[in-house]
Formats: sequence, structure tokens, C-alpha cells
Amino acid sequence: MPRQRRPGTGIDPAQKLDFQFDGLPLQGVAGDTLAAALLANGVRVVGRSFKYHRARGIVTAGPEEPNALVELREGARLEPNTKATTVELFDGLSARSQNRWPSLGLDLMAVNQLASPLLAAGFYYKTFMWPRHFWEKLYEPAIRRAAGLGRASGLPDPDSYEKCYAHADLLVVGAGPAGLIAALLAARSGARVILAEEDFLLGGRLLAEAFLIDDAPAHLWARRVEAELETLPNVRILKRTAVFGAYDDGTFGAIEKVADHLPEPEPGQVRQRYWQIVAARAVLATGGIERGIAFGGNDRPGVMLASAVRTYLHRFGVAAASRIAVFTSSDDGWKTAFDLAAAGIEVPFLADARADVAADLVERGRRLGLRVELGARVEDATGATGLNGAYLRSARGTTWLPIEALAVSGGWNSNLGLSTHLGGKPEWSETAAAFLPGKTPSWMRVAGAAAGAFGLGEAFRGGVEAALAVLGELERRVPAFDMPIASDDPARTTPLWRVEGASGKAFVDLQHDVTVKDVELAHREGFKAVEHLKRYTTLGMATDQGKSMAILGQAIMADLEKVGPAGLGTTRARPPQVPVAIGALAGRHRGRQFRPTRLTASHDWAAAAAAPFMDAGLWKRAQYFARPGETNWRQAVDREVLTVRAHVGVADVSTLGKIAVLGPDAGIFLDKVYVNGFSGLAVGKVRYGLMLREDGFVMDDGTAARLGDTDYLVSTTTANAANVMMHLEYCHQVLWPQLDVRMASVTEQWAQFAVAGPKARALLSGILPSTPLENGDLPHMGCRPIEIGGVRGRLFRLSFSGELAFELAVPARFGAALWRSLVHAAETLGGSAYGSEALGVMRIEKGHVGGAELNGRTTAFDLGLGRLLSRKKDFIGRVMAARPALNDLHRMRLVGLVPLDGRAKLPVGAHLVPEGERPAASVDQGYVTSAAYSPTLGHPIALALLSGGPERLGQTIRVVDPLRDGDALARIVAPVFVDPEGSRVLA
Amino acid sequence: MRLTCPFCGPRDLREFTYRGDATLRRPDPDAANAASAFADYVYLRANPRGPHREHWYHAAGCRAWLVVERDTATHAIGRVALARNDQP
Repeated sequence: MPRQRRPGTGIDPAQKLDFQFDGLPLQGVAGDTLAAALLANGVRVVGRSFKYHRARGIVTAGPEEPNALVELREGARLEPNTKATTVELFDGLSARSQNRWPSLGLDLMAVNQLASPLLAAGFYYKTFMWPRHFWEKLYEPAIRRAAGLGRASGLPDPDSYEKCYAHADLLVVGAGPAGLIAALLAARSGARVILAEEDFLLGGRLLAEAFLIDDAPAHLWARRVEAELETLPNVRILKRTAVFGAYDDGTFGAIEKVADHLPEPEPGQVRQRYWQIVAARAVLATGGIERGIAFGGNDRPGVMLASAVRTYLHRFGVAAASRIAVFTSSDDGWKTAFDLAAAGIEVPFLADARADVAADLVERGRRLGLRVELGARVEDATGATGLNGAYLRSARGTTWLPIEALAVSGGWNSNLGLSTHLGGKPEWSETAAAFLPGKTPSWMRVAGAAAGAFGLGEAFRGGVEAALAVLGELERRVPAFDMPIASDDPARTTPLWRVEGASGKAFVDLQHDVTVKDVELAHREGFKAVEHLKRYTTLGMATDQGKSMAILGQAIMADLEKVGPAGLGTTRARPPQVPVAIGALAGRHRGRQFRPTRLTASHDWAAAAAAPFMDAGLWKRAQYFARPGETNWRQAVDREVLTVRAHVGVADVSTLGKIAVLGPDAGIFLDKVYVNGFSGLAVGKVRYGLMLREDGFVMDDGTAARLGDTDYLVSTTTANAANVMMHLEYCHQVLWPQLDVRMASVTEQWAQFAVAGPKARALLSGILPSTPLENGDLPHMGCRPIEIGGVRGRLFRLSFSGELAFELAVPARFGAALWRSLVHAAETLGGSAYGSEALGVMRIEKGHVGGAELNGRTTAFDLGLGRLLSRKKDFIGRVMAARPALNDLHRMRLVGLVPLDGRAKLPVGAHLVPEGERPAASVDQGYVTSAAYSPTLGHPIALALLSGGPERLGQTIRVVDPLRDGDALARIVAPVFVDPEGSRVLA
Repeated sequence: MRLTCPFCGPRDLREFTYRGDATLRRPDPDAANAASAFADYVYLRANPRGPHREHWYHAAGCRAWLVVERDTATHAIGRVALARNDQP
């Protein structure tokens, strides 16, 4: 039944909005939150609680809401656990209650309450421990079904998000009285100001109270300030923007909900925007959060925070119920009673736990005809599916009084959140009866209710002080301004955490169903420190992070320990301060845009040939080029290998890292970073090189070519290119800055193609007719400059395949053209292009080490490359590589394997155990690192790291792969399968 | 966090790569105690709370290796110098 809508500071009652809740068609007005609209329609129960499935209603009017979590929207846009108190109502909104089965009114899971002794704090740890296998099969699935809140859609997010960066002299977080005045002063001084407000309206409590500023309603002042700020070019107002984290040096993260208040984003519009804001100074004016009191049934639908009752009344024009009693231990509750009475709403009683209350309050209450009970407590609230009454205990005894709603105020907490992100430790203030922000970085100030200034006048003064201090530090003039004239309105509080003698459940965490009894149990069992209390009971660990109530549990623990809140302390929050969608953090970086893609010069040709691509770092490498009739990738790869070995093949090898090392000391420098020598390398020669880390293990391998006297070109593996670059810069700048050498990555500047096979020279002589290519002109491991079609390039005689081979390099922009002519030339000679798979097969056939062997745990000795280590010079890793344990014959060392039966696969990752032993970790002697079917030999081959391997050639070993049911016997052989004499490369 | 690169000026943390203790010196590889000196150099770190001299690499900038004075407890940044000028 819709209640009569009153005027409100934030709504337009003329503009009706239709929406649905649990399928029920309802109507709200523009400016409503979903919670306000539900209350206006008399909806009291909005969800069921997490553990006991108790009916729950709306408690707050802001982001601290513990109860009113709903599922919003449908299909792929379905969003669970959204707070009805922050959801901006739009026409056509559809929301559902959560955690109820089968329906909100009848929840069969509520029988959990009868089992509540089992569900007390720590129950996960104590119950369901036996029998053990029951946990997986029975307990866990049942608990997961019964507990848990909303459900995710499980569908891809159809919306898009973006990231933005902003810089400012001053960031003001929160647009209540303190934040608005601080932003206004700074803005008038000309400083660049960003004002971020989580709400969709500026004003904070100015919209929610019956305050007067300069004798006019307070929200008009807020509107005037907003209008002025909007005219100033140096101000950016971010509404619907929650600052969720504070980071070093004035960096903040914020989420702007760009389109969450629309049914769906407009075409091309992002749903949310992730701001990274860097500000020279920041003022946190994040306000305060009222706290409740732990009495029996303080979770009944209808029990609300006193300030929230005022927010619904003043901002939304909604009376939360028609008979609203007040239970308070602070002056704030009186404000609610007075405002309700002034609006003509029945207030059955005003119970203040304090006996000593300011005389003017009591007098005003009497004048309004309120039933005022001092030194009185609500012990228990009644009504399982909606508050119907309360047991009020006063000096005259206990009476049950019928009520529909109960406005509760236990005082105010400062909204500490962001102030603790950089390590600030909250401190208890007796005057404010709250934890207040501790030490903050020099660039961060806290003002207004966030700093414990809970009255309006003092909030303004705090905002002005913060702004003046910031302007002083930024050396800006102080602009003219009129201090708003407002009632000071301080709210005195005597904290009341719990009501003794309550018989029903008294909650200190509504979302996680933590009760006073759980806190007492934690105390008895020794979980007394705030952090232990939190983890043992899950107090404050739900999505609301216990913002309104967790303090009750902590203070009750402090009482039990007889140390007071100051003695026990409170927990420190970490970012994010509000839930943040992963999609917003990812921004545009999803799917294909997850990371950059690097394409080779031959990519378009390969794509046109329908080649599949594999990722090698950021590069896409073509795997193979299937021909019509080839139905299996192996057919294509085998053909490509055999083509190279019999005729000629061309492959794109541009992805290998290329680093130019230049300068008079380039050779000496390379001597220090490679295990072998390079200063003696002749111009026009190339040498294989191995780099170690300083701990003696292999870092990377490749070649270095001496192109000129002071001009070397180093190649690296594809994956390690960036690391090697960083390492070389470190060696130069940090270790040997006196060397006259410079380096630059030229990986992307050059396209490089391998031409391999017996007909490689024939192919090249057609492409480079004037370049002599015979052994006497360009021997194996030689290099020379070339000119090809007027373009200067480089020719290397290098072989990865073991065949006669060359690598041809041209500036990358000519790569595609050269590639096409190479492929054409190959095809006329019976050859073809080959991809990374064939390249890999031929590598294994030749026993060259690759990424799987250069795994960071192998030494040069392990890989059979120990002979490269120079004894004539120092180099990175020399001393540590000489450690005896790294030269132990029993280390896992490189060998080849062939299956005894000539057929069995030897899968990568399979373990090597002695023949006749039962496979187990205790007898594990090594593992397969690389494996392939060798079309050249006609059987599978593998490279492996095997304990004492090179000493065991000819022996048999068992190759076990329990994950893929692999089990075969293999002969241990030398790791070069094809042309072990290496004669082909010299052809 | 921001570092003020001597070449590039104040730059965001994300442009840099961290390495660690900048007070270590590569030992003399020919000294009699080279084996133990290198073991200390490679493996031993003090992990202090408070001021620390560290190597940072301006990977997404000028590629300079920097010696940065950073307070490990507060992330306060002190002097930033080129590592090439920070020789014993």
C-alpha cells in the first residue's frame, strides 16, 4: 500500500517511475533510491539473512547498508548484492530479493534458527570435522546452498568500461557540508579541484536534515554551491563516484557509475569509469555513519538507524512507518523524534538509555507531547516478519508497546575508511565517543564528521580550516567567502553497546548474523584481539564491512576484557572501500585487448594461409601451413620438416630478441656477460653465446654477430628479450659504467627469415644474384651486409635446423615483400614455408636447448654446455657456477630419449624412474622437457633432464606420465638425433 | 608512488621495475674468498625497515638504472640518482 508521498529535498514527486520487486509492479518517483521507493510502497521485508535466514528490512539510507541487498536487472546484466539504499531508481527497474527459498514470505531455511547452537562462531572449525569424506560430499554443498548471498549471472558482461586519469591540486572526497565548503574555497582561489561524491546528489546530510543555513533550508545552500562550482572551469565534479582507495603520493582510485542509473548504457556509453586521480592535496570529508545498539531482535524489519529515518523523511518524503518509536543513547535520536513529530507522524515513545539528558531536549519533547522515557532500554523487539512491538524497560518495569518501526541511535562513527589505507591507526575519542582517524600523510586531511565534527557548524568550520591549510601550502590567495550561519547542533553521546537482559538474538553484524553471544563465545575461547574476533566470528567481514555495527562487537569485547574501546582498538580497513567490479578495473583490457599483440611481417600472409597462431610472449607465431588434404596438424608439420631436410624451407624468425651493442668496448662488455669470449670474434663472424645469472644458472642463449669493429648484434630467445635487455643495461650502468658501450633493442626494427635446407643456397642465389654465397665467401657462422632491391639488409649463415641455412634480415617495413618472394622462390624449388612447430621439431632433432630446458634451474653443465665456460676471463655467474654441487655428476642433465618400441609417445612432463621400480616421487630421477615425433627418423624422440644422464647412455629408463596414463620404456641416448657430426650445416 | 627520474622528471611507479638493495658491490672474482663473498652478494639481503637504497630501472622510460632512497615503512622517496654515478 503506497504511503502518501510528502515533499522531499531530493525528489520530483510529479515524475513517476514504474519498477518491479520480486515481480510485484510498484511505483516510485524521480530521485528515489530503490530503498526509498520500497519503503514508500510499504515493503518491509527485503531479504533473508545469511546464516539464520531471518526476515530483514532496510536499516540505513546509504552505502553502509547491511541488509537490503538485492539482485538487480536480468540476464547477462544481472548483478547480485547491490545495495537498495544506493541504487538509483529508473523506469523499468527490476529487482529481486536474495537468499530466500522458496519465497521471501515463507523461507524454509529459517529452520536454521532452531539449529543456531550449531551455527555459532567458529562453527566451521568445530563442526563437520568427522567423518572426513562427509565434508566434500555432504556438508560443504549443503552449507553453500543454504548460506551465500546473491548469485552471479555466469554470462559474459555485455557492458564496457574505461579507465581515466585526472590530476588536481585538491581532491575533496565527499560533498556534504565540510566537503562542499572546502571545495568552494579552493575552487574560488583558482586551484584545480576535483570533488568526488558517491551519491547522485551533492549535499550529504544537508539533504537529509531539517537544518537551516542562513535562515533557509540547508539543501538550498548545497544547490547554490553546486551551481557556482559548475561554472568554474578549474573544478571537476564527479557524482556517482566512490573513491575506493588511497595510495602513496596522493594517488586515489575511484569508480564513477556512469550508466548504472539507466536501464542499460546508451550505445557507445561505458557502464563505469575507473578513475586514477593524482592530487597534490586531499581532504577526506567522507562523513559519519550512525551505529545501532545490540538489543534482542535488533534485526527485525522496521528497526532502522535514527538518521536513516530522517533521510527518508526529509530527502525522499517517505515516512518509514506510521508509528515510529525511538531508542537512543545520543542526542541524535531526539532529533529524529522531533522531526517525526513535526511531520505529524506518531512517535509512541522516546527511550533514552541515559538518565542525564540536556534539559532543553527533555523540555522540547514534553512540549511536543512525546512519551519520554529516560534511563530506559528496549530489551527486545518482536515480530518475525515485521516489527510489531517492543519490550520497553524503564524504572517502572517492563512493558510491551505496539510499534511499527524503531529508530535507533547508538551515536556516530566517523567514516574512517580511506584514512586507514596508508597505515593510519584510528584512535578512540572520549569526546566524540568514536574512533577518529589517526595520523595521515601530510598531504591528506580529514574534515567534518569524518574527523568527529558531527555537528553542522563544526563540520563547516572543519572544512574551512582544511581548505585554508591547503591553500596556504599551495601558496594560493584566500578568496572572499561568507561563513554559513548554521546551528551548531552538537550531538552528545554516551555509548550504549548492548542491552543486558535481552532474550532474543542481539546482532552486532546483520549481514553475517554475528550476535552478542558469538562475541562472548570468542572471548571465552580466547579470540580476544580485534583481528582474532573478526576472523573467528566473521564480524565485519561481509560486503558492508561492518561499517555501521562492527564497532558494537568490538566494544562488547573491550567491555568483557575491561579495557574499553581505546584499549582494544578497532580494525583497519584496506582498499577497496566499496565493492569494485572487476570489469571496471580491467577497463578495455579484455578479450583480444587483454594485452598488446605483436605481429610479424609475415603475419598477414600466414593468416591468409589459414595458419593457426601460438603466443610467444606478446608475439603471434604461425604454427604450420596446412595444405589441402591435410586433416591433422601432424601431417602438415611432418611435411614441413621433411621438406626442409630434403629441399628448402623459409620461416619467420623475427620474434627472437635483437639487441644492438655498440661502442669501442662492446666486445669487452660482451666478454663479461657471456660465458664465452666475444672480443676476439672477427668482423663478419657470428658465435653462439650463453648467458648466466650471477647465481651460476643459465639465463638465456643466442648468438652475437660482429657486424663491424664496434658494432655487435646480440640475439635472445623470444621470451627473454626484455629481461636480457634489462640485464645488459644493469651490467653496464651499475657494474661497469666505465665501459664505452651503448645498447638498443632493435627487435621490431628488423624482419628476419630463416632459409634452411640443402637448396638454401640455390634459393638465395636467385634472390641475391650479386652476393657470393659459397663456403669460401660466407662460411658457416659468418655474416655480411647485403643489398636487396636497393634495401640494405644483413645476411647471416646460421642454422637452427641443422641444415645448410641462412638468415636474411631487412628493415621490418620491407619484411612482408621479402617474405612473399622467399616463399615463392622456395616453392619453385619444391620447398615451402614452415612454421614454429616444424622449427621446434627440428630443434629437438638437433638437441638444441629451448625454453623448456632454459627453465631457470639448469646450469651450463646440466645442458652439456660446460665447455663454453671460459677459464681466461671473469663473467657474470662464473664464481657461483663453480660451486661443487652445481657440477655434481648426479645432477639432472640433458639426454635424449627414444622409445624402445619405436612407437610410444614420451610426453613432456613425464617422469623418469628406474625400470622395475614402482613409480613414486622417492625414485624420481628426472623428467621429459621437450618431445616430438621425428619425421626424419620415423619415431618419437624426446629431450630430458636425467640424473647422471650422460653417464647412462644406452641404458633403459621408464617414462611415466600418470596424468595422461603414459608408461613406456625408453633408451637413453645422446641429445642429438639427426646428423650428430654436424656435416650438413657445412654443405 | 612516484619517482623523480633525473632524466624524465616525476614519473609513475608503473614505469619502473624494482630490483633491490643498491648498497651491494659485486665482489672481486679473483679474491681468495670469492666463493663466500659471491654467495653473500647473491643471496644475503638485510630487509631493513626504514631508509633503504635501492636499484630501480626506468623500463618504460629512459632505461636508466637508478639508485633510489626509499623508506620501506612509509614509501617516502628521498634522493634519486643515476646508478652510473653511484660508484665506490
